[in-house]
Amino acid sequence: MDRVMRMSSEKGVVIFTKSSCCLCYAVQILFRDLRVQPTIHEIDNDPDCREIEKALLRLGCSTAVPAVFVGGKLIGSTNEVMSLHLSGSLVPLIKPYQSILY
Amino acid sequence: MWEESFKNNGGLYTPGSIIIPTNEKTDSLSEDTSHGAEGTPHKFDQEASTSRHPDKIQRRLAQNREAARKSRLRKKAYVQQLETSRLKLIHLEQELDRARQQGFYVGNGVESSALGFSDNMSSGIVAFEMEYGHWVEEQNRQICELRTVLHGHVSDIELRSLVENAMKHYFQLFRMKSTAAKIDVFYVMSGMWKTSAERFFLWIGGFRPSELLKVLLPHFDPLTDQQLLDVCNLKQSCQQAEDALSQGMEKLQHTLAESVAAGRLGEGSYTPQMTCAMERLEALVSFVNQADHLRHETLQQMHRILTTRQAARGLLALGEYFQRLRALSSSWAARQREPT
Repeated sequence: MDRVMRMSSEKGVVIFTKSSCCLCYAVQILFRDLRVQPTIHEIDNDPDCREIEKALLRLGCSTAVPAVFVGGKLIGSTNEVMSLHLSGSLVPLIKPYQSILY
Repeated sequence: MWEESFKNNGGLYTPGSIIIPTNEKTDSLSEDTSHGAEGTPHKFDQEASTSRHPDKIQRRLAQNREAARKSRLRKKAYVQQLETSRLKLIHLEQELDRARQQGFYVGNGVESSALGFSDNMSSGIVAFEMEYGHWVEEQNRQICELRTVLHGHVSDIELRSLVENAMKHYFQLFRMKSTAAKIDVFYVMSGMWKTSAERFFLWIGGFRPSELLKVLLPHFDPLTDQQLLDVCNLKQSCQQAEDALSQGMEKLQHTLAESVAAGRLGEGSYTPQMTCAMERLEALVSFVNQADHLRHETLQQMHRILTTRQAARGLLALGEYFQRLRALSSSWAARQREPT
């Protein structure tokens, strides 16, 4: 889906979420702890919500939300993000987008 | 109509004495019996019609025989079901007794009911508790084996297979919990199958991954520089992941409380907010699964960082830690029961 491709290829870390999804919130907290400001696309109030969900699933995301993209590439959902982080592979991916402030 | 009441009686009948209407012709006969519509005695009617139709007798007798046969079969099946349930109950009570002897704290209504388990527990949860009992037995056996083997001389190959088995054993528990969470997420969230001391340390239905690392770390000495760095990084990322999930859980609790509290006071029916609250509870299952995923990954990473021997020592330490918590629970429970 065009909109999804456009939104996901935005610079930095992009996360598709739903306002009611608490796992999405957990993932956002994690990136905040890693000093990253992700671009959040809350899809539940979007008129194309269903289409976006289907597109995300088709792209290979295990659950439609949260869907995390880094530098235009799909990382995955909560499971994948957690696995990557514990194996130490997440930080190298987001290094270019980490704020140096603190 | 007759069939229905028969089923409800559970097969209490005397063979051969029930006429069960199985087709339209005999239905009219039963109606005569109940209403006496034609004003003539039922018996007279029966004799009148059968003397004119001898094959009718035969057909009715055959139907009676068939019905009686079916009734006997149903009764047999019912009794067999009762027997099986009775055996299952005996087995379950034995399991519970054994569990109590091992120091399990079997609480929360399980002890209070005469049958040994609460009526509210679904069969899936009862099955989980039985499976968990076996899991602990296997765990204890593995711990014993590791202890014996590490005190002596053992090849790395043999040690590696023991480590693999121990890891698989933990992963099996996560699978069991995932199934149980789909049946009763609150049961898993509250760690109901665990002993009281274990439950004290509960975090989203299990142990804290960061706690796990703290328990294991002293047993790994000496660590290489690279290993030390890796372990430090793992500790940090584990803590961050845990914090993120914890905050997500808080938000879930907050939104659930909001949807339960929503609505005006004095409203009798809670239905409008119920759907919203139910959706929140669905999310709880995902959280439990995520927490177990975190535990799984923490164990996996430790296994990657450590040598086989270090991993074996770590798994032994972990197993003993939980054993001690369980023993502590039963000691404490025994102390509480002693008269002062």
